[in-house]
Amino acid sequence: MVAHNFRHAFFCAVITLIIAWPILGFKLVAEGTQITVNGASAFTWIAVAVAAFIVFLFQLFRDRIMGGLGGLAELNPMADREPMPQEKRVRLENIGLGVLIAIALFWPFFVSRGSVDLATLVLIYIMLALGLNVVVGLAGLLDLGYVAFYAVGAYTFALLSNYWGISFWMALPIGGLMAALFGLVLGFPVLRLRGDYLAIVTLGFGEIIRILLNNWTSVTGGPNGIGGIPDPTLFGMEFGRRVKEEGNTSFHETFGIAYAGEHKVIFLYLIALVLAIITAFAIRRLMRMPVGRSWEALREDEIAARSLGLSRTGVKLSAFTIGAFFAGFAGTVFASKQGFISPESFVFLESAIILAIVVLGGMGSQMGVILAAIAVTILPELAREFAEYRMLIFGAAMVLMMVWRPQGLLPMRRRQIKLKAET
Amino acid sequence: MLLLEDVHTHYGKIEALHGVSLEVKQGEIVSLIGANGAGKTTLLMTVCGNPQATSGRVLLEGRDITRLPTADIMRSGISIVPEGRRVFSGLTVEENLFMGGFFNSRTDNQKGIEHVYELFPRLKEREHQRAGTMSGGEQQMLAIGRALMSRPRMMILDEPSLGLAPLVIKQIFEIIGQLREEGITVFLVEQNANQALQLADRGYVLETGRIRLHDTGSNLLANPDVQAAYLGG
Repeated sequence: MVAHNFRHAFFCAVITLIIAWPILGFKLVAEGTQITVNGASAFTWIAVAVAAFIVFLFQLFRDRIMGGLGGLAELNPMADREPMPQEKRVRLENIGLGVLIAIALFWPFFVSRGSVDLATLVLIYIMLALGLNVVVGLAGLLDLGYVAFYAVGAYTFALLSNYWGISFWMALPIGGLMAALFGLVLGFPVLRLRGDYLAIVTLGFGEIIRILLNNWTSVTGGPNGIGGIPDPTLFGMEFGRRVKEEGNTSFHETFGIAYAGEHKVIFLYLIALVLAIITAFAIRRLMRMPVGRSWEALREDEIAARSLGLSRTGVKLSAFTIGAFFAGFAGTVFASKQGFISPESFVFLESAIILAIVVLGGMGSQMGVILAAIAVTILPELAREFAEYRMLIFGAAMVLMMVWRPQGLLPMRRRQIKLKAET
Repeated sequence: MLLLEDVHTHYGKIEALHGVSLEVKQGEIVSLIGANGAGKTTLLMTVCGNPQATSGRVLLEGRDITRLPTADIMRSGISIVPEGRRVFSGLTVEENLFMGGFFNSRTDNQKGIEHVYELFPRLKEREHQRAGTMSGGEQQMLAIGRALMSRPRMMILDEPSLGLAPLVIKQIFEIIGQLREEGITVFLVEQNANQALQLADRGYVLETGRIRLHDTGSNLLANPDVQAAYLGG
């Protein structure tokens, strides 16, 4: 076994050297107008050599090492237990959900402003991931340009408020519908495409939207973005120190409490929470409805689905449109939270992160996706102490995840549908 | 029931069917046999409108369906058991059947599922099992059951015996015979010519995109050319 791996291990070590040596081994030093290349310190050289050697050893004994890792699952006493009966599980899940929502409602009043802000971002990602879960997880359409719909939602609100002074609550449904419309428009040309081809076209679409926003300076302000996006109001009560719009009152004066910047942050958090819950429940309903089953059928086998009289056009368009709608929702909340948006917030990396959330969580599984959204958003924040290595840690966590649980954190479980005879 | 008149079908520029005419009458079992690449599956796909015939007409119960979209054709009383079964492997048996009756009411589906379980008691046992974990024969039963759920007047089966053990094949063909007794017209496409022709009222032999022979099932079985070409002498 070891002999068999030797060539491969040697090859990997050489590759490590080839990659690490030029990148780490040389330093460019500017001296006046000239740049000279200096060799790095002896320590770096030794570190590169040691790294290559470790790679060599790991590859040489990788069967044993990975086999050992696989054995870790056996250490988990819960791994082989009988699955709970469905009714009990559903009841437990409902209780758990209720407790979670209650905690989420009261939690922001006891923690710092920064945590609430981060939690709002997590909720936005949950909305996005739940929406993408419809397209990728349920309908099986690989969408790499999902961030475009997010951008459409955000920009719809920003532009509407900028040009016509439309408030957050008016813009919320409009943002969702605009994004849904874009989903529909994108849906038509990509109907015939599948798999890789679909991924490339959606990737292109995402870039088109971003570049359009970046270059249409007269309307969108180009790379300067749009600022001064108003905060949401609560029944005409504003959360600023002073009332900006006539006819509105301010929150702290109405309730006779001292002004605090936290009010606005918590309010935004609660809005995001309510919207995320609405998103989750709406999609949960849809999954149980015929349209949800038709998404799954199309993902499982397109030919079979069509042979049963399902229209490929209708099913794909509905998935795209509904997925985009919730991205538009999330975009509107995002614009309101940030107060300022620019095309930089909607780069491909965002699409990739949302997709990573869906895959990590377990395609099609809502709870999994929610957990993954929390993990993926918070992990880089927690790893902030490690400064430049934080993306490295993030990447390593993803790789390990795919090795141990390729099906995702909480893979989708089939709900049993019981047909009841009408009496 | 189903009538094809001088149907030509192209894949791009290549003509796969060169003017095929055939008829399946109400209550019949008609078998279509032919070698690999003869165009059997193409013919079925043309009936389903994917690809559509470039010329000629396809009539279902007197209605011209040549230019209808696939989804509409599949909702007009015809159902197909596709080649290679194509069950939804991640869905349970029950969900698979439910998908078959997608456009029916819940009550209809309830009756439909009970009926399918009567025909295939085996499926009842596996009600909550994922379809992908079942054996080939069980999957074929499921595919037929699923096609039955839409209460079709006509069923098309594309190579139902493909990759199955002889005993299971026998069982599947018995079921097909049973379908006729329920008043479902059956159009059967098979490579397993022997069994297909034994069961069939009439048969067609397709060769490189043309109908070569057309006769009753028993006559075709006795035909020396057919014996030589499809029945191994």
